[in-house]
Amino acid sequence: MADASHGRDVDELSGTETTGHEWDGIKELNTPLPSWWVWVFYATVAWSVVYWILMPSWPLISDYTKGIRGHSQRALVAEQVAELQAFRAERGAGLIDAALEEIRDTPELLTFAMANGQAAFGDNCAACHGTGAAGFVGYPNLNDDAWLWGGTLEDIHQTILFGIRSAHDETRFGDMPGFGRDGVLDREQIRDVTAYVLSLSGLEGPTGANLEEGAVIYADNCAACHGDNGEGVHALGAPNLADAIWLFGSSIEQVTESIANGRAGVMPAFVDRLDPITAKSLAVYVHSLGGGQ
Amino acid sequence: MSIMKRHTILEKNSLLLTVSILVVVSIGGLVEIVPLFYLKSTIEKVEGMRPYTPLELAGREIYVREGCYVCHSQMIRPMRDEIDRYGHYSLAAESMYDRPFQWGSKRSGPDLARVGGKYSDQWHMEHLINPQAVVPASIMPGYPHIAERDLEVNVVRETLRTHQFLGVPYSQEKIDNALADLRAQANPDSEGVDALLERYPKAVVSDFDGDTSRLTEMDALIAYLQMLGTLVDFSIYDNKANLR
Repeated sequence: MADASHGRDVDELSGTETTGHEWDGIKELNTPLPSWWVWVFYATVAWSVVYWILMPSWPLISDYTKGIRGHSQRALVAEQVAELQAFRAERGAGLIDAALEEIRDTPELLTFAMANGQAAFGDNCAACHGTGAAGFVGYPNLNDDAWLWGGTLEDIHQTILFGIRSAHDETRFGDMPGFGRDGVLDREQIRDVTAYVLSLSGLEGPTGANLEEGAVIYADNCAACHGDNGEGVHALGAPNLADAIWLFGSSIEQVTESIANGRAGVMPAFVDRLDPITAKSLAVYVHSLGGGQ
Repeated sequence: MSIMKRHTILEKNSLLLTVSILVVVSIGGLVEIVPLFYLKSTIEKVEGMRPYTPLELAGREIYVREGCYVCHSQMIRPMRDEIDRYGHYSLAAESMYDRPFQWGSKRSGPDLARVGGKYSDQWHMEHLINPQAVVPASIMPGYPHIAERDLEVNVVRETLRTHQFLGVPYSQEKIDNALADLRAQANPDSEGVDALLERYPKAVVSDFDGDTSRLTEMDALIAYLQMLGTLVDFSIYDNKANLR
């Protein structure tokens, strides 16, 4: 766009019009934009008008233009989720009414349950129990056959749905008191009973501990939940103390800590997070990991 | 030619040019922003939203301070796979008391919009101190100092007041009881729990870091994490009425 007051001025060397601006004999070329660029620009302007007509765009007084396609992200995703759920419900239809044992014993149901359970495990369970379900200190290993609250399909299902010491009303609840914290046992008694508990699985206790004293303290304070021989009680979530499996560690310090301050691991309830088919699938999957009873 | 020449006025008056740019940009901004304030459909009607409890709010300040939002979003998009993994997509109403919001778009870690109740308090503590202790493949750094630092409780009233000033409906009663509520939430045995739950329904009362004798930043941060995404009652939320 040449400035009219300067008149049209064409650069001799390039043959291109100049803007008419001149500084000390240096002139500014007014090279036109490439025509493909200009046309693409006009096309985007035209497309925006098409888009206003097709899609939700302009705000109005109390609403907005919906566009003739009636597009709605939320409606679209609701449809997609419904489709997914219908697909799963169809594939997993057999699982809804089937008993857990039946799922385990029917190959078609089992294949679906295992695939579904494994996927759900990775997202919901692996953070605490590990991707391989081997657990960590304080988070049970699900591959072995030691079960705090029972390892039958029903037990596992129940635990997944309602958790342990969770916020749900139907949660399972066991209480391992802090015998030192609550002043039930003194320092020496804790040392003795620590030695006794460790001796149940053949481990060495703290030096100077009195095993006979420890056995008496055990019988008075621990046997009610953990059993006379430390075999544990599933109904109370009291672990077996005589096997080589230690949820909170088997060192003298760790066992002393468990007795002195108690333990109360929490598993959240998943009943509101998982659909019934997935919860059942998970129960079957976890049961299959090696230790199911 | 003449209309194309008019712009020389703008080109030769920098102040006029500045004002004109401001006007043009404002029109674009106003058309996009103003409708959000008056269109009814921009914020859904939901049941259950309440302002943060003092402890949750303190935890939120720590969340922001530590830059958790740099790797974690709090925004479940309305897409099938997101919903499948994280739960119902986030609603505008769920962040209406957020100052500032934590939506984010960077996900080095998972979205946290509905992490509340998914893991135990103990897990959160161990995971925040040393993430690899419970998730070996995690790339998250540890935040052990949070467990050691006492929570600065004396600023909580002022924090609530600031949020009240910004439009969060904290009543005078809530501000007056802020310190008591803050302590009550971290100690299930304390007397103030009932009053706290009266003021803040669905608040999670727990001994978050496993030590009631001390109120640490860990208590506050876990309290905040455990309430994320738990307030709205989706059993009575009408999806169909809020399509867009």
